[in-house]
Amino acid sequence: MTSRKSVLVLGGSSDIGRAAARAFAKAGYDVGLAGRDVAALEPDAADLRARYAIEASTHTFDVLDTASFEGFVAGLPALPDVVISIVGLLGVQPAAESDLAHATTIMRSNYEGPSLILGLFAEKFLNRGSGTIVGVSSVAGDRGRASNYVYGSAKAGFSAFLSGLRARASRGGVHVVTVKPGFVRTKMTEGMKLIGPLTVEAPVVGDAILSAVENKTDVVYVSGKWRLVMLVIKTLPEAVFKKLKF
Amino acid sequence: MTTVSGWGRFPVVDSEMLRPRSFEGVAEAVVAGSVARGNGRAYGDAAIGAARTIAMTAFDRIRSFDPATGRIRLEAGVLLSDLIDTFGPRGFLPFVVPGTRFVSIGGAIAADVHGKNHHGEGGFGRYVESILLRSGAGETIEVSREQNSDAFLATIGGMGLTGVILEATMRLRSVETGWIRERVISASDLDAAMRALEASDSATYSVAWIDCAARSRDLGRSLIYLGEHASADELGRGADRFPVGRNPGLAVPIDLPSMTLNRHSIRAFNEIYYRMGARRAGGDHVVSLYPYFFPLDSIADWNRIYGRRGFLQHQCVIPEVRAREVLGEILERASTRGDASFLAVLKKLGHGDGLLSFPLPGYTLALDFPVKGDILKFLDEIDRLVVAAGGRLYLAKDARQSRATFEAGYPALARFNAIRKALDPAKNIRSKLSQRLFDEV
Repeated sequence: MTSRKSVLVLGGSSDIGRAAARAFAKAGYDVGLAGRDVAALEPDAADLRARYAIEASTHTFDVLDTASFEGFVAGLPALPDVVISIVGLLGVQPAAESDLAHATTIMRSNYEGPSLILGLFAEKFLNRGSGTIVGVSSVAGDRGRASNYVYGSAKAGFSAFLSGLRARASRGGVHVVTVKPGFVRTKMTEGMKLIGPLTVEAPVVGDAILSAVENKTDVVYVSGKWRLVMLVIKTLPEAVFKKLKF
Repeated sequence: MTTVSGWGRFPVVDSEMLRPRSFEGVAEAVVAGSVARGNGRAYGDAAIGAARTIAMTAFDRIRSFDPATGRIRLEAGVLLSDLIDTFGPRGFLPFVVPGTRFVSIGGAIAADVHGKNHHGEGGFGRYVESILLRSGAGETIEVSREQNSDAFLATIGGMGLTGVILEATMRLRSVETGWIRERVISASDLDAAMRALEASDSATYSVAWIDCAARSRDLGRSLIYLGEHASADELGRGADRFPVGRNPGLAVPIDLPSMTLNRHSIRAFNEIYYRMGARRAGGDHVVSLYPYFFPLDSIADWNRIYGRRGFLQHQCVIPEVRAREVLGEILERASTRGDASFLAVLKKLGHGDGLLSFPLPGYTLALDFPVKGDILKFLDEIDRLVVAAGGRLYLAKDARQSRATFEAGYPALARFNAIRKALDPAKNIRSKLSQRLFDEV
């Protein structure tokens, strides 16, 4: 055992997951990467070991398999200092409008699974009396939009869960961070039209997560511009908002 | 289709951009008319596929690193800047760095890039031990000086035409600090500049910045920058052993109108640059590796200075015996023309390693010209001087040389072509550059 701090990244093969893992490893954390395809995580774990001379491990985790969550947490070699959930699924909104199975998968991937697993870690952290929980939510959860409200509503639920958890856990020495990245150039957004000045690269999100954890920030809009954009969007009256092509 | 161009923004052409995420994806992408592209720092058309371009920057993992030997295995899309920022603080740097750190490892191998130490320590390829290559024929092979050595020598400096470089094993240099002990020498003309470079053969790093606006008696006046790795005890107290590499702060936000660059503004800039440098001439001082090696990296998108139509860099190397005479003639013509921009770079090179590696023992001169007027015709005339002197042009910078100039400059071309044919009989790997300079179609 080392005396270094440790971070567990759920959704470790995503671009933001990889970026967050690098940011924490660079800061000297040991890193656990968790995802569905554990073999695919191994090259990233090797990358972290080679770059930063820290320990990196890989763990099988499926956000839709909620029945496995208690076993997953119990099976970890040690309870990490920080757990980050980057798991999410954008899905296809038009498909989700008629395909209940697809809509369900989007809802479960963005709300049910991430909330349950982080809730479980929160209990362990509260028992220990320390720990940081990071949930990567989305600006899409700040207001439902015609173009992606299935995803957005699940993210809204996740944001509300994190906010409530934060209020409760802070009394027990556990900090909860909500991250709202905005547009990020990743696998998930490849081919989408992103607005240049509002778009960031994954490493910027990784660094923002690290700094939020170290500075005990509650809610992070990765690009400060998004806080303003969403303030405007949230305050538009519904009568106006529903007429906008947005 | 996407419109793509190199760093010089000329030519601008169509090519389908593919972004594979796995080596299997790369394998699927290596089909007719494709070539790999790293971070797009090649100036011309070298990293643009004839039909499709394979973006490699997603492959940015370090596979292993041995701090005892400095041996590293890494994916081809890792940027040199990432390597420096990650391993510099651990006491390791690449043996060879070019003038920008924003190149990928795969690109640095494919162009066998050289740095300010080529005269003594050779090019990037010299420190590459082996390469994992996806050949044009669809095989994944490990190539090294011992194993598939023909393919290895054709891949170092081979402009990506033997296949897609997936991974490489190379050696890093162990350093005490990330600082360079620099000495500036001012040279009043070309003779003095070449004498100073000649006399500095034992310096680890040397390069001359020539004022290419200077004429007649001042022709070739230069500042020569010599450098050695600084040891820890040469640093001031309290200095970090490794300096922070800042991301480019100052960006060129728009394409400057071509009016901004004219003989007066260029002349004024160069005059100031020369005088400021000359004032620092003489004693040694310690500078961060970043401004020493990468002076232009501090200005993001500096290529936009040349305006929307882009620019051409002409980088030639002239064998030592004819160098003084021919470089004098080129500089004379460039300064008469008056639009060769900012500072030209003069540097001594040694032997190249790969079959198509640019360096040969002699002097290399790099000049930038905005794309306008009769520039193509002017550069063709310069090329005739280069060819007559037994010189050649750097493929990583090239966007316009003729096939005849290329063939005259690279005598190992026939051997390269034979190896390329064995690795890729159907010529699946084709770039805009290879269409222009190699292929019959």
